[in-house]
Amino acid sequence: MEEKEKKKKEEGSVIKLGPKLLELLNRLGEIELENVEINAEELEIWIPTPVPSAIPAQPSAPAAEITPKVLAEKKPAEISKIEFKPLTQTYTGKIIEVQLGATRAEGGSRGKVVKIGGEASPSFYLFEEIPPNTPAISADVFDMKISLPKALKMHIKDVMEDPAAWAKLAVEKFGADMVTVHLISTDPLIKNTPPKEAAKTIEEVLQAVNVPIIVGGCGDPKKDAEVFKRVAEVAHGERVMLSSLTLDMAEAGILGEVAEAAREHGHVALAFTAMELNSAKELNRRLYEYLPKNSIVMDLTTAALGYGIEYSFSIHERARLAALSGDEELQHPTSSGSTNAWAAREAWMKLGPEWEPRELRGPLWETITSLVMLLAGVDMFMMMHPAAIHTVKEVINDLLNRGRARPEAIADWITVKT
Amino acid sequence: MSEGGIKKGVRELSPLDVYMLLPKTNCGKCGEKNCMAFAAKVVNREVPIELCTPLIEEEKYREEYAKLKDLLAPAVKEIVIGTGENTIKVGGKLVMYRHEFTYHNPTPIAIDVTDLMADDDLLKRVKKIEEFAYDYIGRTLKLDMIAIRSVSNDPARFKSTVEKIAKITKLPLILCTFNPEIMKAALESVYERRPLIYAATAENWREMAELSLMYNCPLAVFVPNDLALLKSLVNTLIEYGVEDLLLDPGTFPKNGLSETINNFTMIRRNACKGDDKLLGFPLIGVPMVVWLDKDSPKEVLQWREAYLAAMLMARYADLLIMHSLEGWVLLPNVILRFNLYTDPRKPVSVEPGLRVFGNPDENSPVMFTTNYALTYFTVESDIKSANVDCYLLVIDTEGISVESSVAGRILTAQAVADAIKKSGVEKKVKHRYLIIPGLAARLSGEIEELTGWRVLVGPRDSSGIAVFLKDKWPPKNI
Repeated sequence: MEEKEKKKKEEGSVIKLGPKLLELLNRLGEIELENVEINAEELEIWIPTPVPSAIPAQPSAPAAEITPKVLAEKKPAEISKIEFKPLTQTYTGKIIEVQLGATRAEGGSRGKVVKIGGEASPSFYLFEEIPPNTPAISADVFDMKISLPKALKMHIKDVMEDPAAWAKLAVEKFGADMVTVHLISTDPLIKNTPPKEAAKTIEEVLQAVNVPIIVGGCGDPKKDAEVFKRVAEVAHGERVMLSSLTLDMAEAGILGEVAEAAREHGHVALAFTAMELNSAKELNRRLYEYLPKNSIVMDLTTAALGYGIEYSFSIHERARLAALSGDEELQHPTSSGSTNAWAAREAWMKLGPEWEPRELRGPLWETITSLVMLLAGVDMFMMMHPAAIHTVKEVINDLLNRGRARPEAIADWITVKT
Repeated sequence: MSEGGIKKGVRELSPLDVYMLLPKTNCGKCGEKNCMAFAAKVVNREVPIELCTPLIEEEKYREEYAKLKDLLAPAVKEIVIGTGENTIKVGGKLVMYRHEFTYHNPTPIAIDVTDLMADDDLLKRVKKIEEFAYDYIGRTLKLDMIAIRSVSNDPARFKSTVEKIAKITKLPLILCTFNPEIMKAALESVYERRPLIYAATAENWREMAELSLMYNCPLAVFVPNDLALLKSLVNTLIEYGVEDLLLDPGTFPKNGLSETINNFTMIRRNACKGDDKLLGFPLIGVPMVVWLDKDSPKEVLQWREAYLAAMLMARYADLLIMHSLEGWVLLPNVILRFNLYTDPRKPVSVEPGLRVFGNPDENSPVMFTTNYALTYFTVESDIKSANVDCYLLVIDTEGISVESSVAGRILTAQAVADAIKKSGVEKKVKHRYLIIPGLAARLSGEIEELTGWRVLVGPRDSSGIAVFLKDKWPPKNI
């Protein structure tokens, strides 16, 4: 009985978001749902450098020949048992484990810390290894009001001008493991918020929630460097992740001081490169001059489903396989900006009644973008929609909860009443 | 197969490996100048080995031909379902990871119907399946097959439903029942369409094998979460004489999702990296198992079916059977399929230069975009549907989108100025107004300085072009 209750409760929370979305849809039914613009500051779509192609496009493989069947002289009368053994591989490399957040005992003030990485196998090759850490989710929070697709806005509109309250909502209601505070107002072209004020926002969020914090910049390398240095100082010992450190900073000659600040105050760097493994390696090499390896996470770029996700998928698979076969410069856990999914117009645009409701299509876009990246080897996700966060957490849990497949449960799927 | 080496992947196959087994006469019958050129094309999968007619016709090359067949065989067998124009090829995978070569034969999506449905409903559902279409960068994305389920458990009823479906659609069919008697009734009517028989199990395999042989139709093998039994059954079916198999190791939606992904991965790993021929068959994923859950609301099951399909596609499913026909469920999946099956070796850019839409004159608008294929095709389709006469300058940004190329300083005011000069658009229009993408707004000032053209900042998404032109074009003083 108790078990049943529990299950019901679990199911209930699983279900909640679907109907809730629809309810909201119905309430909004009267209102004209207009398309919204997406700002560069909120949603960045990064597109890959094209793959050099010496090899011309190729048609599909030759058709299999259909040959006349030669019947076995003696047909078997029963199943001859043979064994199955998975082909397992041993890898020379291993992904470095990175801890985000620090407890009081460790010099910070977090109630919870998150560990990512540590894998010694491709992602979810469960026949080789149960991953030592659970992939984690960080919810996006912005330090100012921004324009967002309605499907996103409806869940956060009450807290949009209060990053601390927004962070609390993300942790307590959406179930995020971490919070990313995007300090977009620091952009010289937007509000040009000074580093001191931006750092105060981070302090407020650190007060409001007890999970690890990721600090997002505005994308202007020089300004980000100033802001990150200040934040590193005020968040001393908290092991926040600075998102992100780039080759642009290196070019501007300011990478060193930021990385140095991160090291001095015990933080983690997110090394961002635009879908090019050689750049990723180069940036990591530069960071090694300042930071211990266990303080670097890579963002290899997540392009939205429909807008280049295949490049992100393959670059992550390649990075992970290279790392496992010994490429030390790629042996860092990865982070995916899955909120980028909303850069796909199919995530938010009116496409006609047959593609509605957008209130489901949008979060599903983010969910699938994240799950595809999860299977490619991503260790942590920056996400936004509560239904997407909820589903990705649930799927991760399902994937790691082994031994629950009951063949009889699906044995008769053909006759299911729908 | 567990121990033993990793098979030489198709990617490592060199033209020389193939050349050594060719006749080396440079006869040119294949259309190439010499055997080496032919070998290079064969290795790239641009031409089938069968174009070398001496190899096939002459007795003395028999052994070499057999060796080549083996050398070039995909790790996952290619199975043909359907006939003639309405044929679908399933599997045929050469590699485990798409970056190793390219994935072939995009995962067909089959939608289910049942033999309990009224004629009217059947007709409507099939029509909806056939009419599903989404235009995406110059392609139409569609659904592929119909899976007919026997729910009545009545052979006559199933047969009659299958006949009706066969009459109203040419889409390839999957016949679903574990009852050989019911399967036989349906096959009698539609075997010439070469439907997929779903499925042989540990219980019914002999009868299903007989049907597969008698009617020459491919056979699915369903053994949920028991790979040793699945492999044993495949082995037995091959001994029985059945060659065209597809494997369903079971799709478990929540409890058992772990095993589902693990099983698909183990099978594909063994087939691609371990040369395990018994597991080298296409994999069937069945996201519609979510509908076995009777407690959850419809939207939740659709939601679950949608992401389950996507996960299976990313993890080696070669064919999917689904129930949801909702656009929001299927759209991300047909797009994901298109994305994953894109040739990773193909550049993603279009030719830079000036494009002409409709019949522009000297007063028509001039816009620019980048030569990233996705950006270009999106803008192109928006201009076409807006039905405006205009010039579109496609700037060479090395195949990178507007936002990223601005950020990466590839799309600069100088690049815009150069492109304008080179395009000759200055001779085509009298005015000097340039509409720039909203995402390149920050280049406005510099562009005006460098080109002498006035800049109008256009919409951030090209879907806004029609409205933008209506409001802002022509500028007052043109």
